[in-house]
Amino acid sequence: MKRFHLTLLVMALLITSLSVVYYKVTVLGFPLQPAQTVDNWVVEARVAFEPTGGAVTAQLVLPDNPPGYGILDENFISRGYGLTTARRGENREAHWTTRSASGRQVLYYRATVYELNRNGHDDAPYPGPVTVPDYGEPYHSAAMALLDDVRERSADITSFASVLVSELNAPTPSENAALFVQRDASDTDKVATTISLLAGARIPARMVHGITLTDWAREASPVTWLEVHNTREWIPINPHNGTTGYPNNFLLWWHGDTQPLNLERATSPQISFAVTRNIHDAIDVAEQRAQLMDSKLVEFSLFGLPVQTQNMYRVLLMVPVGALIIVLLRNIVGIQTFGTFMPVLIALSFRETQLLGGVVLFTLIVSLGLAIRFYMEHLKLLLVPRLAAVVIVVVMLMAAISILSHNLGIEQGLTLALFPMVILAMTIERMSIVWEEHSPQDAIKQGLGSLAVAAVSYLFMINRQLEHLIFVFPELLLIVLALTLLLGRYTGYRLTELVRFKALGKA
Amino acid sequence: MGRWFISPWELRRRGVLGMNARNGAFIARYNPRRNYPLVDDKLQTKALALEAGIAVPELYGVIETQQQIKRLGKLLEGREDFVIKPAHGAGGDGILVITGRMGEGFRRANGKLMDLEGVAHHAANILSGMYSLGGQPDKAMIEYRVQFDPLFEKVSFQGVPDIRTVVYRGYPVMAMVRLPTREADGKANLHQGAVGAGVDMGTGETLRGVWHNRVIDQHPDTGAPISGIPIPDWSRLLRLAAHCYDLTDLGYLGVDVVLDRDQGPLILELNARPGLAIQIANDEGLAHRIAQVDQRLEALDQAEDAEARSRWAQERFARKD
Repeated sequence: MKRFHLTLLVMALLITSLSVVYYKVTVLGFPLQPAQTVDNWVVEARVAFEPTGGAVTAQLVLPDNPPGYGILDENFISRGYGLTTARRGENREAHWTTRSASGRQVLYYRATVYELNRNGHDDAPYPGPVTVPDYGEPYHSAAMALLDDVRERSADITSFASVLVSELNAPTPSENAALFVQRDASDTDKVATTISLLAGARIPARMVHGITLTDWAREASPVTWLEVHNTREWIPINPHNGTTGYPNNFLLWWHGDTQPLNLERATSPQISFAVTRNIHDAIDVAEQRAQLMDSKLVEFSLFGLPVQTQNMYRVLLMVPVGALIIVLLRNIVGIQTFGTFMPVLIALSFRETQLLGGVVLFTLIVSLGLAIRFYMEHLKLLLVPRLAAVVIVVVMLMAAISILSHNLGIEQGLTLALFPMVILAMTIERMSIVWEEHSPQDAIKQGLGSLAVAAVSYLFMINRQLEHLIFVFPELLLIVLALTLLLGRYTGYRLTELVRFKALGKA
Repeated sequence: MGRWFISPWELRRRGVLGMNARNGAFIARYNPRRNYPLVDDKLQTKALALEAGIAVPELYGVIETQQQIKRLGKLLEGREDFVIKPAHGAGGDGILVITGRMGEGFRRANGKLMDLEGVAHHAANILSGMYSLGGQPDKAMIEYRVQFDPLFEKVSFQGVPDIRTVVYRGYPVMAMVRLPTREADGKANLHQGAVGAGVDMGTGETLRGVWHNRVIDQHPDTGAPISGIPIPDWSRLLRLAAHCYDLTDLGYLGVDVVLDRDQGPLILELNARPGLAIQIANDEGLAHRIAQVDQRLEALDQAEDAEARSRWAQERFARKD
């Protein structure tokens, strides 16, 4: 029963921990590797115009849930203007208004977008078949003939549209198609023609405009694209050759055959788009994303703490890992140490001194301290004053070593100040008792054991990958807890016992 | 031999109890924590034993405060030999054995002299908790120095040899004699360098010895053979050990008995965490014997008394050659 209980508890801990980690990795996009970065794009629309007097209104279309991208952050730079955003039709728009303005006006809209998933499509519901327009003769018969021809060469809505587009773009279009092709038509006109022809086959289609995200594009011109609804989602189609899909790094900005900028009481409108690439720490992006998704999980996380406190927890959260190592080395391997968790504290101070320096300094201090402690034995002091005396001596020794090494130009000696001196004093005291009561060999053995355990836990605790994982996913500590609980029920032999009991083997 | 380790399968086959199994499966299960003070505080153990009519070394006095240390000289007046030890000592640490006086000085078990100030300092160390578990303040006990039976004279170097019996759920399951060596400074603790010798549960005769986890046949200091020494009154000694279970209600208990020349077996101390080296000394694991006790207890309708338990154990665990 008890065994079952523990198993359940361990399973619960493991499942909780792993599912939170899974959620944070897949949904919020927290990075599993340290120093992972993601691409961010800062896109900017610059609007300029000349007011003609009176209250000015400027309407700018804004990107709204662009397929494949997420908007992290957006802001408007428009001093002296009232700002509202509203939906109109399929688009989201910013309305800038001001009562009086004079001179050339410049307004900015700036958004930070990140790539969400490459092949995202707009899965808005099917708007239903459209009514067939009246093209007027001779266009109507030509359109019907063209559509019949295309229908014979296609399988479904998407391929129908593809074939139609490539037909219209053929170098030598068929007679029927040629009627609809104008040599010098703009992209917008081409797409409009295609949409109206598709309507002849009752296929809903629309025009979209977007910009291509390329690094340092000061003047990104909007690209016009075609979309047809295949009854499940809007499929993007290249209006030049009929292939499906958006161009690479295409940020969809607005829908329909409208101008991006509409002005009232203003002239000479000008709009330009600019793109900059921004490399962000993946953690920041994930955090912002979580905020947008209103995820409580991240709101109440370590990232919400001040940076200094965060850095402290980066270290503190590694202590459980060190504790687990201690459990392994003591209960499974069977190494003896002074004090149960003294090695973890020593390992923490190794972070500052580095391994070799730490080991040397530790050995130095403890040996010197031991010598002085043996001398004090002759003075026959009471326990607490003697411990205090050892602490005082240890501090003085540390200072002396720091000064000496500094003068010798060994900067590592300076980090000594971070050694936990009280722990050192206790170690010296315990070691001297073992030395006298048991044997010097025992004392040295346990001292080396402590040092070895400290070194091993240090190596685990400075592992960057591990530190990153534990800090970004503190719920992993539940796994550490689960493992510790499991080890708490280990009643098998320790490795050192295999040597200790070797006399029981057949002689 | 040849190999420097033994495989875990071999260990399991021999029924050897490891440290984790001892702590996790037996001490945690059969030794209720609230009963620990009964054995961790040797004053309490002594009182319990006296109440039950079990012989213990006579208590000369207890030092509880630093003030009393000043009167130590007076307290020790007229005592030629005595032992000072911490009431909460562990692993034999902090035991000072005085075998006689020499003018102003005291002669220690190892022959060295110590003045009164040295004895007082030792007592002060004990009071400040230097030797106690967890370092809490302690008391110092001054008690009768056991005049040990000449039986083990040839196989001990100074100090007092004692007989450790592991009592599992009231049944004595294994025993060994612990023989002091020069290295152990007259103390009878194996990890301090004393020799352990297994004991045939049936006859009370010593078996081979173990020193620093190595098997030996002769005492390292005296060279005398260790095996074949019969412990007198063996049945009585086992009964005594079994009885200690009734006092403490600890299911996994180590009972340390000394043989006094004049007073016979005396209970020296009880231990709630007896070590595992006894298995090496007896060349046998504890686990099989423990399993037999468990079987026995399952088969019984009602608990047996100490007499019946020790008799059963003596018969069951006798060495069969």
